[in-house]
Amino acid sequence: MSLSVNIIKRLPGFMLNVSLDAEAGVTALLGASGSGKSMTLRCIAGVERPDEGSIVLDGRVLYDSKAKIDLPPQARKVGYLFQRYALFPNMTVLQNIDAGLSLERDVHARKTKRENLVARFHLQGLEDRLPRELSGGQMQRVALCRMLAGEPEAILLDEPFAALDSHLRWQMEAEVKETLAGFSGVALLVSHDRGEVYRMSKSVCVLNAGKSEPLLTTRELFDQPRTLQTALITGCKNCVPAERLSAESIFVPVWNAKLACAPDGSSGMTHVGIRAHYVVPCEPGAENAIRCRVVSASDDVFSRVLTLLPAGGTATIRSEVSKAVGDTLQIGNDAWFCLPKEHIMLLRETHEG
Amino acid sequence: MQEIWDILKTLDYSPLWISLQTGLVATVICFFLGIWTARSVMHMGKRAKAFVDGILTLPMVLPPTVAGFFLLLIFSLRRPIGSFLYDELSIKVVQTWLGCVLAAGVISFPLMYRNARAAFEQVDIELIYAGRTLGMSERAIFWRVVLPSAGPGVVSGTILTFARALGEYGATSMLAGNIAGKTGTISQRIAMVIQNGDYLTAGMWVAIILLISFGIVVAMNVFADSKMRNIKKW
Repeated sequence: MSLSVNIIKRLPGFMLNVSLDAEAGVTALLGASGSGKSMTLRCIAGVERPDEGSIVLDGRVLYDSKAKIDLPPQARKVGYLFQRYALFPNMTVLQNIDAGLSLERDVHARKTKRENLVARFHLQGLEDRLPRELSGGQMQRVALCRMLAGEPEAILLDEPFAALDSHLRWQMEAEVKETLAGFSGVALLVSHDRGEVYRMSKSVCVLNAGKSEPLLTTRELFDQPRTLQTALITGCKNCVPAERLSAESIFVPVWNAKLACAPDGSSGMTHVGIRAHYVVPCEPGAENAIRCRVVSASDDVFSRVLTLLPAGGTATIRSEVSKAVGDTLQIGNDAWFCLPKEHIMLLRETHEG
Repeated sequence: MQEIWDILKTLDYSPLWISLQTGLVATVICFFLGIWTARSVMHMGKRAKAFVDGILTLPMVLPPTVAGFFLLLIFSLRRPIGSFLYDELSIKVVQTWLGCVLAAGVISFPLMYRNARAAFEQVDIELIYAGRTLGMSERAIFWRVVLPSAGPGVVSGTILTFARALGEYGATSMLAGNIAGKTGTISQRIAMVIQNGDYLTAGMWVAIILLISFGIVVAMNVFADSKMRNIKKW
């Protein structure tokens, strides 16, 4: 089970250039809004046509501009879960599911499948309701059910939880995760939520303004993003320009700080990044300790976010500490903060090539 | 009052039936043709769309007599197409009920086509995408997803088409003429009796067509409203 995508699509003021090889399991497409995630899914599903390239699912060519192959979406066996579910408003739950069984010609097989699906997605009692009579969670269940009814070989999930309230989100995330675990093909999950990506997928492809970066495992992505854009999209709050001094040290002008870093063979680093929750108070003289003034503090739900100005620096550092630790620090006072060496991320501004 | 009753009793009702039949047949034809055309035009390129849409909308904005002129140019027995139709296929449009239907249809067609197109263009594209990825045929998507979603717009288009076809005068009088019991529609009868100074009979016909048109529009509005309950209003 694999999905290989190499496509280029030109749009006014935007170019989509995606290379992606996904194996069975959940692969996330992570990117800011407008980075081309949904367009990529649409090209794979066949409802939009790329300008050139190829899309191959398990050796089956869905699209190939050179060979002039462009299967209609009906023949691709690719399921699509739409952001707002796209349930047919004039059809009942059962009729919506039936639409997913369009390709099943045998009436009896259809009936059996339909009954199994209703039971599997806990839709008993809702069969005759119209979509507008369903809750958000129920709508999503019907949409999932309808999508899987046609036994697709790959499934595409377009921001599946964006339309849900936060308390439902967690429940539906668990349900979708369970459903995906029982799916043997390739699943692509589009998201701009790093937490969702981290919880749901095993590998990630980052899209930056239409251009895809090489596929990484989810761990790799969050632990060692290689580019500035990737670090930002994975939620790194402290990303600033830096200069390399030696293999194991860098200088950050805007923080007026010389920092030790893990040895790194790669060249061309332009920026340094450190996640806010790794920036913690420490003793003076500790490795990578910087003297900072606490400029401001604001409470998040379970933590306190500090804005720090390093001595002699021009840019602030963001630190996230527990409220207990935060209580020991006064706004306007100076304190020592440590930027642990093992959490320093060396970044390049754009990807090579 | 007795006078009105006497007139109603002795009135020649043929214009009523001719108008109703003309309106109905023209509406049925326009309904399917309008939907088909709307669908085809939607998928055209920008320039072709602007051009074709312009031609299809012309009958709505031009004086009906201009449409009548063109229809006569085509179907007059002294013209190639008209004489061919008559000689080879025994189809006569001029001075016949067929002419009534054709004139009413041509004039009211833009109402159906434009309303249908506007309604189709409002349909959420994701519903169509969903249908495709689910393996539904394009035909099934159109009849089972697009048309029901576009329902209210299509219904109002049909109402307007019927109302327009029912009262068509200009093109009809040129193409079909005003032959009592054959092509004499209500609007032509009104014009005729007015010319004779018979305001009472004209008034009767005015009342009748008012009742019919208003009644149908209201009835279909109520129907459309009951179908539209799930659509949020602003």
